[in-house]
Parts: sequence; structure tokens; C-alpha cells
Amino acid sequence: MEKFTTITSPAVPLSTENVDTDQIIPARFLKATTRDGFGENLFRDWRFDKDDNPQTSFPLEDPRFSGEILVAGKNFGCGSSREHAAWAIHDYGFKVVICSFFADIFQNNALNNGLLPLRCSAEFLAKVFAAIELDNQTKIKVDLANQFVEIVATGEKESFEINAYRKECLINGFDNIDYLLSIQSEIEAFEKA
Amino acid sequence: MAGLTLFDKIYNKHVVTSIPDGPDVFYIDVQYIHEVTSPQAFDGLRKRGIQVFRPKQICATADHNVPTENQHLPIKNDLSRHQVNTLVKNCDEFGLELFGLEHPYQGIVHVVGPELGVTKPGMTMVCGDSHTSTHGAFGAIAFGVGTSEVEQVMATQCLLQSRPKRMRVTVDGDLQKGVRAKDLVLYVISKISAGGGTGYFIEFAGSAFTGLSMEGRMTVCNMSIEMGARGGLIAPDQTTFDYVEGREYAPKGAEWDKAVAEWKELYSDSDADFDKEFVFNAADIEPMITYGTNPGMGVGITQKVPSANDIGANSEKEIESFDKALDYMAFNVGESMMGKPVDYVFVGSCTNARIEDFREVAEIVKGRKKADNITAWLVPGSKQVEKQIFEEGLAEVFAEAGFKIRQPGCSACLAMNDDKVPSGAYCVSTSNRNFEGRQGPGARTMLASPITAAATAIAGVIANPADLL
Repeated sequence: MEKFTTITSPAVPLSTENVDTDQIIPARFLKATTRDGFGENLFRDWRFDKDDNPQTSFPLEDPRFSGEILVAGKNFGCGSSREHAAWAIHDYGFKVVICSFFADIFQNNALNNGLLPLRCSAEFLAKVFAAIELDNQTKIKVDLANQFVEIVATGEKESFEINAYRKECLINGFDNIDYLLSIQSEIEAFEKA
Repeated sequence: MAGLTLFDKIYNKHVVTSIPDGPDVFYIDVQYIHEVTSPQAFDGLRKRGIQVFRPKQICATADHNVPTENQHLPIKNDLSRHQVNTLVKNCDEFGLELFGLEHPYQGIVHVVGPELGVTKPGMTMVCGDSHTSTHGAFGAIAFGVGTSEVEQVMATQCLLQSRPKRMRVTVDGDLQKGVRAKDLVLYVISKISAGGGTGYFIEFAGSAFTGLSMEGRMTVCNMSIEMGARGGLIAPDQTTFDYVEGREYAPKGAEWDKAVAEWKELYSDSDADFDKEFVFNAADIEPMITYGTNPGMGVGITQKVPSANDIGANSEKEIESFDKALDYMAFNVGESMMGKPVDYVFVGSCTNARIEDFREVAEIVKGRKKADNITAWLVPGSKQVEKQIFEEGLAEVFAEAGFKIRQPGCSACLAMNDDKVPSGAYCVSTSNRNFEGRQGPGARTMLASPITAAATAIAGVIANPADLL
């Protein structure tokens, strides 16, 4: 897994709430047997119309917005457990999703792919949306090591929580399976007990 | 010290070790796999040069991507065929048992596991599919995982898991006429909301749940994820034991007696603590139908399309999201749900494609005729359910009423195969998700019980099944 470093970037605002993984990557694109190339079809049916024309009313196709951070309405990533959703967001170029709360399975899938699901307060989320509305290219800083997120222009900051083990994995690019394989004898002993 | 919840009793027994300041190493008894979320996990094992750790604890079936007609022919779509064939090759290479397309046990993974007796009380189970929560109906911890986690379990039979919070939803009383397990769970989701269970594991308790058959309990637990909960479970009782007994993978003889004695200990202690509790009354529930684009947007079938205000939306973003949903459905606030035009009816999916569901549909359509404007898809959950439909004479009832039985698979629940609802068309569906485009790009889905779907197929518009019983 790629190592996660501090990120300072403009952000793409997607204020819709309850965005489900069927929107993030529709089922008809799940037929691949590899992890690559899902970014192309990220939010396919919101980004493009039936005839594949880009919809500039949708933030990802709106030329005013860009960056490595996606800012999302609450309950982001609900529904299907498809990890393809996390692959698509990461493959498209996002490194962080900021939201006031994430669906559980999506959160794990993101963490397993070096994509940081950053949970902030509803108040701070509203401030981030407002800041982007004011200046579409306003920069957001995400410092994982020190666990804070900042609207650079105003200096408004909030600290965020992350499990210490998960943080360690992200910063060092560690993989869960390497860890689990290292304790295989303990697992075997558990099975016998 | 407070007593233990059912969830904690099972969870505690499966913790191999705990990482300080980190997740638990959580042992998984059974992993179910299917063609869509497993290929990248098998690839991962190959890249690491390792084998599946416990091949006998994995149960594989092809379901998401299979056609529901002419299953004896090669799959037409190249990508789908490749994905299903990849599962066959992977299971062969890694020594896993597969209930593939030609197998008499093939079907939707969450229908197959229970009907074979692979799913049992007290177990821990995962699958790369969010509706793994279904198996909680047996008093088991079962939840959906992503493909990286599928690989973890293949490699080590363990998962890194943080203990979720505990919620209990209690519904007491008798269900009203025409109200089924699906209505019960749609009602609960409409009250708790599509995100209200996030971070929790839910125990369903009370006479409305314990009075359900195992099929009904599976319908309820299946939709735990639709309120955001990783899973839901119901304490096992005689109904559970009677269902499991005699099934192919169920314990036999003395082993059976020993197992039942252990399973009888699986209940929440009377002084167990829950982080959150909800209590509802069964008498308040009527047949339910959804009007929006998440499963929490449901109302009683005799009700009108509510306003954002009616459902307590107060922030600007919430109201925007609500309006977007109604706009997608082309519904207006204040319109009656009953009598709304419908084009498609789908009876199927891991939520409602068990034999009991088809028996109930048959009861409604018997001696009646499907409306001409309705295209109906009746898709059994497994080859065994399909066989039973024919053996019990239900197929004839369906044929006389103008319905045809298709072959098992996930079908129009997620429209990965050819069973797609056209853009703009309305479908009353017994599946679990009414998300935008879930049943095909632009398709408009209304979730309901099998008998509501049946009544609608007869009437040609949204209809109340209570009127036909």
C-alpha cells in the first residue's frame, strides 16, 4: 500500500447525503477481475448522461473544482460492500474523503487502500463546504501524523480521530495481511483450544 | 457487572488476540464467496505465493452475474462469462468447493448457505457482500466485508475488527393483516433512517420477530445493512433448531444434541447493556412501500408521499437530498402511493426469494391474472427453491396467472446481468435497495413485500395485499 503523507489541496464538494456505493461505481462496472481502471467510471451516472455527455452541474465535471480531497455529505458510502467504490475514488486521484459520518464497510475498504476517510464534525463539514463555495480553489490541509484538518485560508482547524493501528498502517503503507500472517501460529493455537 | 448481550457472547469466543490501541484479531468460522468480489482476493494470494488457509471453511457460489434464462448455455456477455469462469478456475486452483452454474445447489449465496445448513447459530461468517447480515437470523455474527478483507480471511481465517456498539430493536405484538417480515423491517428502517444503525450491530427482539419463520427472520436481518448496521441478529430458539435439523451440513446424532445444548445459551442476559434501544408496536405497522431512493424512505401503503418536513429533514443539505430523491422518482409530495402506475414487478433477491416467499405470492395470484401492463420477473433464490416451486405445484399456479419462473441468481436486484429495468420505468421490487439506477440506469424502484408485489402485478398499479387476502 502507498504511504500516506500530509496533503494540502483544493477540494471537490459533493454535498448530497446518503451517497451509496451504487452511485460511486454502478454494478455494471463490477465485472472486472483486477483492481485497476475503476476511476474512469467513478460516479458514472452522475458525471455523464445517457449519451456520455459530461454533466457540468455535477461537481466532478465542473471545471471550477479540482484536487485530491473529496468533501461529502453525511452517510457517505452506504449500501453495497463493493471495495470497487474505494478503488474507483482512489484511482480517480482522491487521497482523502472528508465527511461527518461514513458507512462502516466503506470506511474499512478506504483504509485498506490508502484512502483516508476523515470524519469531522457536522459544523466543520459545513465550514468546509462554505469555504469552497466562497473560493472554489481554497486549500484544505490534512495532517494525518498530527491528526488535524485545516482550512488554510482562514486557519480554522479541527482535530480528528483515527485508530492508532490504522494510522500506523496508513503512514507506513503497512498491510493487514502481513501482520495476520505473522501471527499464524497464534491463530492455529486458537483453533485447537 | 452487567450481563452479556447475545452479540458479545459470540464475539468474545472468536477473539484470537487484541492489538493494543487497535482492532481485535477476529476468527471467522465460515466465509462465503461469489464471483464479483473474490477475483482480486485470489490474485492477492497468488502475488504473495500463499494458499487458502482453511479451504473447508469457504463456501462458493456464482450468483451476481449469472443469467436467469438458458443457464445451460455459455453466458453471452464476455465480461460476465469471464468473471464466472474465473471463479471456477480459482476454486479449482485453491481447492474450494463451488456450487457453480451447473450444480444442483447453485443460487444466491445468502439463500444457499442457510438451506444447506452451512449457517448455524453461534457462528461468525463474512462474505464480500453487504447482505451477509442475512445469516444473523440464526443467532450468528455475520457481516459484509470488502475484497481486501476477503483476502485476509482466505489467507488467515481472521479479520481485523473493532468491536461495534450494540443496539436492540424490540417490536412486540401481532402483525396486522397483509403485513410480513419485509414490512416490519421497512418500517423499522423508516423510523431509524438509512444511516441510523451505522456503527452498531442490532439485535432484533420481541414477539413480532420471534413469531416469524426462519425465512422471515432472514428477510429482517438481511436488511440490517439498509439502516447502516454491519449486521443484525435474532436469538436462536426452537424455530431455528427445527429449521437447521436434518440439513446437509447440520450436525447429526450426538453432535446435534451437543450443538443444540450450546445454542440454547445464546441469548442476551436480562441485565445486558445496549448502547441504544428502540421499541415499536407491531399494531402500528401496515404493508410498507418506498417512495424515494434509499430504503429509509418508506411509508405505509395507504399513505401519501411525505414532505421533507414530514420526515423531520431540517438542514438545507437534507432537504436538497430529499428533493433530489423525489425528482428522480418523479413523485410529488401529497400523492397517494396506492394506484400509482407500475411497469415491472420483481420477486427475487437474497431478501425475498425463498420458498415461503413464492408460496405467499402463489396464494395471492391463484385464480387471478397478471395485468397486461406489468412485466413480471419471478426469480428463485436457488436451484433448490426452484425445484420446490415445481414440486409443490406453484409453477402451474404462476403459469395460469400469466407468470413465468426464471432461473436462480441475484438478477434485477442489482442488474449486473440482462435483467434490467429500463430508464424511467417503475418497478415494485422485493429486493433491498431502491438506490438510483440500482435496477438499471434510470430505473425507479419501490421496495415492498412479495405479497405487495403480487397484488401490484395483478392490479397493474400499486395495490394493498390486505385487500386480496
